[in-house]
Amino acid sequence: MAQKYAVFKRRKEARKLLGSAVYVVFLVAVLVSVMGLAVLLIDIITGGLPWFSWSLITNYPSRHPEQAGLWPALIGTLWLMGLTAAFSVPVGVGAAIYLEEYAAKNRLTALIEVNIANLAGVPSVVYGLLGAALFVQWMALERSVLAGALTMSLLILPIVILASREAIRAVPRAYREAAFALGATEWQVVSGVVLPSALPGILTGVILGMSRAIGEAAPMLVISGLLFVTFIPTSPMDKFTVLPLQIFNWVSRPQDEFQGLAAGGIMLLLAVLLSMNAIAVYVRNRRQVKSDE
Amino acid sequence: MKAQRLDDAKVADTKGSGKPRRKLGGLIIKGILFLCALVSILTTVGIVVSLVVQAWGFFVEVAPIDFLTGTRWSPILKPRSYGVLPLVAGTLLVTAVAAIVAIPIGLATAAFLSEYAPDKARRILKPILEVLAGIPTVVYGYFALTFVTPRIQDWLFPDMLVFNALSAGLVMGLMIVPMVSTLSEDAMLAVPRSLREAAYALGATRVEVSLRIVIPAALSGIVAAFIIGLSRAIGETMLVTIAAGATPKLTLNPLESIQTMTAYIVQVALGEAPRGSAEFNAIFAVGSLLFVMTLGMNLLGHWVVTRWRLKY
Amino acid sequence: MNDDSANGKYVLDAQGLHVWYGDFLALRDVNLKIERKKVTALIGPSGCGKSTLLRCFNRMNDLIAGARVEGKIHFNQDDLNSNDVDPTEIRSRIGMVFQKPNPFPKSIYDNVAFGLRINGYSGNVEEAVERSLRGAALWDEVKDRLNKGAQTLSGGQQQRLCIARALAVEPEVILMDEPASALDPVATLAIEELIRELANQVTIVIVTHNMQQAARVSDETAFLMVDENRSGYLVERGETNQIFTEPKDERTEAYITGRFS
Repeated sequence: MAQKYAVFKRRKEARKLLGSAVYVVFLVAVLVSVMGLAVLLIDIITGGLPWFSWSLITNYPSRHPEQAGLWPALIGTLWLMGLTAAFSVPVGVGAAIYLEEYAAKNRLTALIEVNIANLAGVPSVVYGLLGAALFVQWMALERSVLAGALTMSLLILPIVILASREAIRAVPRAYREAAFALGATEWQVVSGVVLPSALPGILTGVILGMSRAIGEAAPMLVISGLLFVTFIPTSPMDKFTVLPLQIFNWVSRPQDEFQGLAAGGIMLLLAVLLSMNAIAVYVRNRRQVKSDE
Repeated sequence: MKAQRLDDAKVADTKGSGKPRRKLGGLIIKGILFLCALVSILTTVGIVVSLVVQAWGFFVEVAPIDFLTGTRWSPILKPRSYGVLPLVAGTLLVTAVAAIVAIPIGLATAAFLSEYAPDKARRILKPILEVLAGIPTVVYGYFALTFVTPRIQDWLFPDMLVFNALSAGLVMGLMIVPMVSTLSEDAMLAVPRSLREAAYALGATRVEVSLRIVIPAALSGIVAAFIIGLSRAIGETMLVTIAAGATPKLTLNPLESIQTMTAYIVQVALGEAPRGSAEFNAIFAVGSLLFVMTLGMNLLGHWVVTRWRLKY
Repeated sequence: MNDDSANGKYVLDAQGLHVWYGDFLALRDVNLKIERKKVTALIGPSGCGKSTLLRCFNRMNDLIAGARVEGKIHFNQDDLNSNDVDPTEIRSRIGMVFQKPNPFPKSIYDNVAFGLRINGYSGNVEEAVERSLRGAALWDEVKDRLNKGAQTLSGGQQQRLCIARALAVEPEVILMDEPASALDPVATLAIEELIRELANQVTIVIVTHNMQQAARVSDETAFLMVDENRSGYLVERGETNQIFTEPKDERTEAYITGRFS
């Protein structure tokens, strides 16, 4: 400028130093999470590896740690997952279709949307209380797999709905218009055009919801209690236990051996979860590649 | 599902034949889908009704005012007392420890991801955070009890109890970092590029852009991320049940064993309390309070985002 | 006269400038001098690299992942692209005004004071803010509401605030990237008058797609074109009058007379 009014003391060195210091702080913060995860995994593997064996998977629970296994819990988890998927997928996808394709922009729709967002924030143990009152007591389902699955379905419903809505929204308008132009009805467009192209996204959401359900212990605890289950459920009305509950059961015993068993069970649980996540990532990436083409 | 397929077939059958039936089929489908969407409303209604009805049984025996202001929680040992404050205090103590961990780390992680990290680093870090977010809470409980507590006893506080608020809080902090950082990062990424460019064009360094432009501009979203993350901490159950203890206590000392609201619910669910007794119904009273607290925080977070949102 | 000296005729001098975005050559072999305390307009069809060239002058391309700049740009004696040049310092001496007004979501006062604070202004900040706002012909309109949010201003006022914000750090050059393209005709006129006013104190380089605007505000005009590979290049540079009345290159004439867009 023509006239300089005052000096700028740019303190280049100090600012650079501050910049580096803050960068280091940020980096350390990031590393804390990464290290935290690493330490957690190492702790579990070192604790669980000695106990991680075929008999851990195929044996029934026992007072004797070396004979104990989590077969009923594994089967219980499969039962729970199967029934939960059977309830939550059609209802969740149906709700998503309604909100994306059919719903008028009115107060009721807005209410449903706010409501879904809030349900996603309700603590899981509260769902357990809902299940204990509604399904176990009032509908007299007792402490059955069915009661557990219904509760779990409600719990993961917001996840399934939100992911499915996103997937449906991502289907290009042009697809729909092309189908409508051929004289298709609304439902024909949805079932024939929208759902097939939204399927990978919906699948990702379903896997996410199911992996949440597989690890949830609190609501199942409220519903089923901590059973010493020495049988496997053969009907939806049977009592049941699930993997995280069996793990909790072992963690809460003072003996070191049971802690080891818990760690072994956690290894199994995490292996299942990580493979589900990997599938979800794979499905998601494949969809992205496709839409890039 | 079966019903829907049936309707689908119906629509296909009537293709080209009669319009009224086609229209009716469409209406039936719409109705079924609407019912699906209505399930979410019914869930909320169900939660409120089951909490209120069951808690009613409790509140006929215990005055709400005694419940909310009482400082002694002793549902089993006589003289019985149902003052919920020790449980609330335990919950808040663990949550406070979690906040001390999760807020700075979550915020710094978000700033790193949104302002500093090259694509490569993001591609590694985001999945790590996703894994961290997806780990079941019973696993975190195991970690707190079998790893964090012994290390703290070895290195810092040898007198700390096996069950304590500190380790549970620390691990819970780690657990909610992904939530806090992801939501904060979303808020930072929503700050338009043009604002960063304007600051750079004035000679600002990267750290000045991050701390003086991006974070203030994203503040409403960041605060909401904190609130929602902490509401998650308040509702967390298994971690505190495993690691924080079952001793309702009005204390600020994180080295002590405490009991949270959620852990109490689990304790009763595990026990032999007969259905219908005050002791059993108390979990619904505690659950109602928990529901109100977390719902309030979630609504507050939502309100902060919409009300304080800066126009760019 | 020594053109390269600090008080020489040219403040910026680009030599053999190439810019790549990844594999894409966005700008090839530009040689362009910018005269001190004059307004230089960069014109040309869209995609010709006018903005890319502008962003070379304050190293803003550093912020774009995958962008690579080759060639020399002398700013007074220094080579802007040399490794020992600190881009943040360059940017505090060569300011920039953007296409869309982008005030910070802060008060009017804080917007102007931001650059002063980060650059360690040793004088009276309040006075400097007032001086900058006066310089941008905005003082009278905002002096009673300096603590109000910048977003409460109209679009034209916001853009003048952005100019005041740039002026505050006392730059030698201000780069303007289509500064009036998002504004209505009245606000545009105000900005154009302001540009003429500012040319008494600072060098201005302005990118515009509006040829009338270039003719109205600039002393010098540089015309850029885009080749068959979508790379931009400089066709010619000259006094604005000359470029608009008797261009040397027929491509310039074709563009000026509207034979292609």
